[in-house]
Amino acid sequence: MSSWLKRTTIAAFATVAFTGMAAAQVVYNRGNDADPETLDPHKTSTTYESHILRDMLEGLMAYNAAGKVVPGVAEKHEISDDGMTYRFTLRPNAKWSNGDPLKASDFVFSLRRIMDPATGAKYANILYPIKNAEKINKGQGKVEDLGVKAVDDRTLEITLEQPTPYFLELLTHQTGLPVHAASIQKHGADFVKPGNYVSNGPYVLKDFVPNSQITLEKNANFHDAQNVKIDRVVFQPQKDLAATARRFEAGELLSTSDFPADQAKALRERLGNQVRTSPRLGLYYIALNTTKENLKDPRVRQALSMVIDRELISEQVWGGAMLPAYSIVPPGIGNYKEPATVDFKDMSPIEREDKAKELLKQAGYGPGKPLKVQLRYNTTDNNKNTVVQVADDWKRIGVETSFINTDGKTHFAVLRDTNDYEAARAGWIADYSDPQNFLFILESDNKGFNYAKYNNPEYDALMDKAAKEQNLDKRADILKQAEAIALKDMPYIPVLFYGNNNLVSNKLQGWVDNPTGFHPTRYMSIKQ
Amino acid sequence: MLSFILRRFLSAIPTLFLVVTISFFLIRIAPGGPFDLEQPLEATVMENLKRIYNLDKPLIEQYGIYLWHLAQGDFGPSFYLRDFTIGDLFARGLPVSITLGSLALLTAVLLGGTLGSIAALRQNSWIDYVVSSFGTMGLTIPNFVIAPVFQIVFGLMLALLPVGGWNDGSVRNIILPVIVLALPQLAVVARMIRASMIEALRSNHIRTLRSLGLPTSVVVLHALRGASLPIVSYLGPAAAALLTGSVVVETIFALPGVGRYFVEGALNRDYTLVMGTVVLVAVFVMFFNLLVDILYAIIDPRVRYE
Repeated sequence: MSSWLKRTTIAAFATVAFTGMAAAQVVYNRGNDADPETLDPHKTSTTYESHILRDMLEGLMAYNAAGKVVPGVAEKHEISDDGMTYRFTLRPNAKWSNGDPLKASDFVFSLRRIMDPATGAKYANILYPIKNAEKINKGQGKVEDLGVKAVDDRTLEITLEQPTPYFLELLTHQTGLPVHAASIQKHGADFVKPGNYVSNGPYVLKDFVPNSQITLEKNANFHDAQNVKIDRVVFQPQKDLAATARRFEAGELLSTSDFPADQAKALRERLGNQVRTSPRLGLYYIALNTTKENLKDPRVRQALSMVIDRELISEQVWGGAMLPAYSIVPPGIGNYKEPATVDFKDMSPIEREDKAKELLKQAGYGPGKPLKVQLRYNTTDNNKNTVVQVADDWKRIGVETSFINTDGKTHFAVLRDTNDYEAARAGWIADYSDPQNFLFILESDNKGFNYAKYNNPEYDALMDKAAKEQNLDKRADILKQAEAIALKDMPYIPVLFYGNNNLVSNKLQGWVDNPTGFHPTRYMSIKQ
Repeated sequence: MLSFILRRFLSAIPTLFLVVTISFFLIRIAPGGPFDLEQPLEATVMENLKRIYNLDKPLIEQYGIYLWHLAQGDFGPSFYLRDFTIGDLFARGLPVSITLGSLALLTAVLLGGTLGSIAALRQNSWIDYVVSSFGTMGLTIPNFVIAPVFQIVFGLMLALLPVGGWNDGSVRNIILPVIVLALPQLAVVARMIRASMIEALRSNHIRTLRSLGLPTSVVVLHALRGASLPIVSYLGPAAAALLTGSVVVETIFALPGVGRYFVEGALNRDYTLVMGTVVLVAVFVMFFNLLVDILYAIIDPRVRYE
């Protein structure tokens, strides 16, 4: 049988089968980066866990299809004039999947639970803006003192440490999702098992087969259940991107959360507009350890940054799946204006090269005394190709680069716990859409995140000032000043902005590309 | 014989103990821990986590705790896939890997054995050359090349079989992975059988059978008995490897076996998972080696265990 004939026959059978089944179930096979570490929202930290959790649970605020913050369980909210107190009114018809009414006290329980040191929540710090949260999480306070209070069953009041203009957005994060107190008390850590899991979102957990799939089914008790068109979502971890792309082509997956960058061009030719790339709030950068003799001088760091051909790396290495970066904060972020950019952005490659050579010469490096830099990265094909290209650019100004590559765990452990590195590849994906989420990583007291060991009191002072500023416009200006300083000092070389790379089937309706990269299943439908 | 088996079981205990001890300390030497992420954790959160998982205790105490639990058959919780214990993960993954592995093994032995025997009987004929060159190919083309090619040919171009997924072990889903797993083993078996059959066919007792004018089937059967000895000793470790899953095949075909845990456990610094896989493989290897020794005694009357 020819392949054409075979396909037609199969398609014919499938059509017959589907028309019979259509009334029964609409199934969405959805590729996801990996299996979740856990389905306990308070213990997770990654976006791929968030995709699953936000389909199952609904926080006070939520994202819509376009990645905009919209009311979730809270149908409305009021913010006090000083920006310190948020009062949420819950939907009257908010329920858990087992039929229990969802009460304000459920959120009190959930938020206390995530801050309780005994929980071991990985990302509790996201909610540190809540009053006393940090103290409690660090074991210096009682959970009862957390600034979260149930006024009555439908009214929740949250008090903050200081005004936080992105607080509503923070509440969309998986750390702000509610958990069902009664089932945790009954099942303990096993409340996450299929059968035990009680959720309040559009879907409930049906099955979790590690390394294979997580199946969710529509929650009839969800307040907007009548508009949820997909009956069953099957999240499948994408272990091998090339194989995943093949599964997509065969129709076994309707969407994927990534595709192999080196095949981007070929995929676009075959699949056309089913290959989606859009900017994402994430920075791919090279951290320069400012405590090292060879990288101490800002002129050296500036020269190293200036000479990197970001367009070439974006196109050749990443197939356009990542975009050139000339600022630390990605454009399109909330609560900000145009980011500050490096001053060499508009210079030609030749000018940049000459300028970089001159800077190196001023810093005392030249043909007789070449600058030597050791560049660390975690091993992936694309990282390797990127750093090789960077080293090639550096060679043009006489810099000698040596590489050390290790697996991801080793790489980040070295960056966090030691000082044994000079230059190192790293990345940062926004947890919430606010410039503070990118700029705080360079604060001098940020021990874990500040790989560059950058320490500029002027920068720190501006960040403190911004934290106290309530006027969003003025705050944006202050943050921009801070960003400009960082770009002049260049502790981090911004190289690329991450892209959202998805394969999205033409059959899947309601998928809207957006910078958050979140695509709630409840807004989608499948065209047969 | 029984006392031999008993002795082997007893001697397995110190071997296992050594394997567990060495790997327990080896994996701890690797930098980083199970809770390190690309976006680093707050120091206090890290402390909390370490306390919960006993990682804040001295290493030797952790070792003691692990051994104590292991002795009771408890592999502990996974540090990475935190909704599961290592026991859960194996209970779900092993049946998948064993299904695929045993089918692949069966295919390899039956098909490889047949092809090898035919090649030996028709030595230096065209069929012999075909089998030999096929054997070389099966051995030299790696599975990470064959698997994607099969996916493209049978999954996309011909649209005959699914590209990947387990689908509760449906026959259509396991055909490609089983073939990919079986091919290299099949090639080895065919080559080994061919070589040992040629030797066996020339031996005195077979020549006697032939001279008596017995039918070929009887001759082959007797020759096979002698010729299968090297295969049996090869298949022991091969079976242990096949049944504990293949990282490459499971990853490319998106199958929920245990093969991936070997690599993922190590990369995620999921200490308990690494230990679990080490124990698993050790047990399988020891079991199959024992099985090989027993089979030897059954097949070869010259072998005796006292």
